[in-house]
Amino acid sequence: MSGTLAGGIAFQAMQTILAVLIAPLMLGWVNQCRAWLQNKKGPGLVQPYRVINKLFHKDAVLAHSASPLFRAAPYILFACMWLAVGIVPMLATDLPFAPAADVIALVGLFALARVFISLAAMDIGTSFGTLGARREMMIGFLAEPAMLMTLFTASLISHSTSLVTIVETLGQREFVIYPSMAFAATAFLMVLLAENARIPIDNPSTHLELTMIHEAMILEYSARHLALVEWASSLKLTAYIALGIAIFAPWGIAEAGDWTGLLIALPVLLLKLGLAGAGLALIETVSAKMRIFRAPEFLATAFLLATLGMLTHFLLET
Amino acid sequence: MDFSQVQPIDPAVTLAVAWVVLGMLALPLARVPRVVPFFIFPAGAIVALALALTGVWAMEAAPSAAVLPAGLPDLPFHVRLDALSGFFLMLLGGVAFGVSLFAAAYFADDENPGLVTLQYHIFLASMAFVLIADDAYLFMVAWESMALSSYFLVTHEHHVEENRKAGFIYLLIAHLGAISILLCFGVLQGGFGDFTFASLRDAELTPFWATTAFVLAFFGFGAKAGMLPLHAWLPEAHPAAPSPVSALMSGVMLKTAIYGMVRVIYDLIGDIRWEWGVTVLLFGAATSLFGVLFALMQHDLKRLLAYHSVENIGIILIGIGLSMVFIGSGHPVAGVLGLIAGLYHTLNHAVFKALLFLGAGSILKSTGLRNLNEMGGLIRYMPHCAFYFLIGALAISALPPLNGFVSEWLTFQASLQAPALESSVLRSLVPIVAAVLALSGALTGMCFVKVYGVAFLGQHRHDLTHVPRDASAWERAGMVWLTAGCFALGLLPVFMVRQLNEVSRSIIGASLPEEALQSGWLWLTPTSEAQASYSPIVFFLMISAGFALTFLIVRWIYHGRLRRAPPWDCGYPEQTSRMEDTADGFGQPIRQIFAPVFLIRREIPRPEHPRPVFKQEIEDRHWYWLYRPVAQLTEFVSRHVGRLQQGRISVYLLYSFITLIALLVFAQ
Repeated sequence: MSGTLAGGIAFQAMQTILAVLIAPLMLGWVNQCRAWLQNKKGPGLVQPYRVINKLFHKDAVLAHSASPLFRAAPYILFACMWLAVGIVPMLATDLPFAPAADVIALVGLFALARVFISLAAMDIGTSFGTLGARREMMIGFLAEPAMLMTLFTASLISHSTSLVTIVETLGQREFVIYPSMAFAATAFLMVLLAENARIPIDNPSTHLELTMIHEAMILEYSARHLALVEWASSLKLTAYIALGIAIFAPWGIAEAGDWTGLLIALPVLLLKLGLAGAGLALIETVSAKMRIFRAPEFLATAFLLATLGMLTHFLLET
Repeated sequence: MDFSQVQPIDPAVTLAVAWVVLGMLALPLARVPRVVPFFIFPAGAIVALALALTGVWAMEAAPSAAVLPAGLPDLPFHVRLDALSGFFLMLLGGVAFGVSLFAAAYFADDENPGLVTLQYHIFLASMAFVLIADDAYLFMVAWESMALSSYFLVTHEHHVEENRKAGFIYLLIAHLGAISILLCFGVLQGGFGDFTFASLRDAELTPFWATTAFVLAFFGFGAKAGMLPLHAWLPEAHPAAPSPVSALMSGVMLKTAIYGMVRVIYDLIGDIRWEWGVTVLLFGAATSLFGVLFALMQHDLKRLLAYHSVENIGIILIGIGLSMVFIGSGHPVAGVLGLIAGLYHTLNHAVFKALLFLGAGSILKSTGLRNLNEMGGLIRYMPHCAFYFLIGALAISALPPLNGFVSEWLTFQASLQAPALESSVLRSLVPIVAAVLALSGALTGMCFVKVYGVAFLGQHRHDLTHVPRDASAWERAGMVWLTAGCFALGLLPVFMVRQLNEVSRSIIGASLPEEALQSGWLWLTPTSEAQASYSPIVFFLMISAGFALTFLIVRWIYHGRLRRAPPWDCGYPEQTSRMEDTADGFGQPIRQIFAPVFLIRREIPRPEHPRPVFKQEIEDRHWYWLYRPVAQLTEFVSRHVGRLQQGRISVYLLYSFITLIALLVFAQ
């Protein structure tokens, strides 16, 4: 038992480190795909690493009025995202620390990160920061329940809120399209776009004051703090995509103790991540950014779809 | 004296009486300087701590009862302390300990400390008697003394007209509730036996009368708890009361109403029907969503916290409602989970809401401000207070690993038991309520980002006449205790859940399955390990480790160089704190999205106005469709009844004569 536990811990540490390291690559891949789709050359896959490295080497510039909360927030954000990629089963379900946080706690973890980055945005007291924080919380309060409802649909099917059990149960079902899961997947995709500051809710590559959300919040950050915030956003994107894969396409994730399964799981995971990134780039290319006050409608739709998914499960599948 | 004979009820009664004695002592001693802050309140705090320990003891011991020699002839007071009362005594004592320490500093420079100290301790003692009462008579006496003593505390600053008005509304709704509770006891007694809880428990009720008793109890206690639509007194009374009193009222007094509800519905009425559960569930969901939406519209910090109390009462009712639905449809084990979730949230809300009200009190005392739009940047002047308030804000926003999250997690787990229900209507209703709970939880997060960001962060928005000082040592002691409570209840939930399991066993007769709670103190598994598990300690350690590791690695590989500069001004050098977002500005998206919920009155100035002022007021629709019509009807009726009043004694004698004749004719 202790052998398998030690193996499990080693494995979980490995998965976490792998995820932390490839997260910027994921972002680079999405940007590269988008550049291709838009007939541009693109900066290359490793551009996010170059940016992060550059930022770490710079001197941090901090506003006079910054409080300790402002300086601590990037570390808290990074630690939250680090934990999030650590507990979502990506390669195998043999994760001894995963029971520490089930899907509800995972949503709570994202909320914790959101609250801290919004507070940090309000810390300096510039109008931009508060504007960003207000918009971020507006997106968050609708996206969070939609996400919970999506995850509850999966939980009700597998009779568990533990991610490991959900993946094991859903991974063993034959490939049939369940109406509830179709609703849930649509809602999840919408939440993923909103929560990761992607088009059509936010544009990660703009600094136009009327439209930006995420960038407005982190305007006062520089150097190592900014590097951590950027890295954490790429981790968040990876965590969301991995969560989507774990719930809606769990095939190929190795069972507990199945080390040979890992050899298949790794390429399968990379393939799925690559496809998801390309899909994301496609969505971002074919859609336009919405006005900020259309965002609540978009997210309310996601919330209703997720709740409908749950009701569909009760009405049609039990 | 044989100490092995001592039962939990004995210290409980003694300690409650000790509070009364301490309060009485304050009157003659108030003129002696420093006695009230340095003797009475700390002594009261020690009594509170002892009472909390008695409560813990009572949760594990067998129920103990006693008959007090007080009361009317042939109608003595019965008291009894079982696990449920023990749990609420622990809540009362635990919160009162922190609040009393804080109050020692808060009331130290009051002009009339004697009177307020007396009222404060009578208030505490009457709440203790509500919790240990074992007959309807003592219960009502204690309930009314609680209402009256808190009324006097609410109108403590009675020279302000608003406070008198707030006190009146509070007293009015409290008495409507009290009448309803009294009628409920009458129905339960049903004309047989006496009014002890034991005989009320044994009374056999037809379904009609049982439902009547439920409705009376639900609305009677709901009025005290601040349930929709009887919430109107809460946002008026809490800002009027001194902050430690708001902390007690919101933290503990509302919880006595939850106690009353659980005691009457689960214990005295018994046979719970699922229709009642649905009623509680719907009212709970409506209350929680309404409370948080109105909280987001407020800029008075204490009023905002009061609306959050409405919201949290809603969340507690959702837990209890789920439990009643499950029990009523024959699934007592899921019902236990719902009840545990509801009671756990009761305790959590008591702790973090008291903490937040104390924080608001510190700000008020230090800066004289209650309006968020005038605050800002307080974290630089009041770092201690800012830290405790942050913990309270994170806890109420249901963020892991603090305590608010645990009870919300348990409530979600209870709602995920919905597939067990046979009726498909119920099965679809429960997830919708869970969706409402998720929405109001997320909105709470937004609201507290607003509160904390506007009050503590950014630049101060008013002209500081003096630099605000941080909370004093007594104030800090009170807040440290409650902050520790937020951490303890958040990180070690298993102990409390085990205790609550025993509470459920004693009042429902069912408990969680054997394999649940067997995974050790580290892992919270309310059903089974495969179904759901949460370990706040591992969670907390992993985040802390991630934080420390990131910090060290960044420092080790790179550097820690830092340069201070003015914030980026977007090229406009004229930046003032008036350009910051205000509390009302922060709530603007909500105002727009949920516009139909609010009654918004705007005054928009004409373009040529020399000094344009934009005004906006947000009102509660309930005043118009419920409270005003009732008030008008009451006035109409009393105007007509007033005609009987002639002012001549012969006419009154005639009335008595007619009444006597009527009685002789009809009462045969």
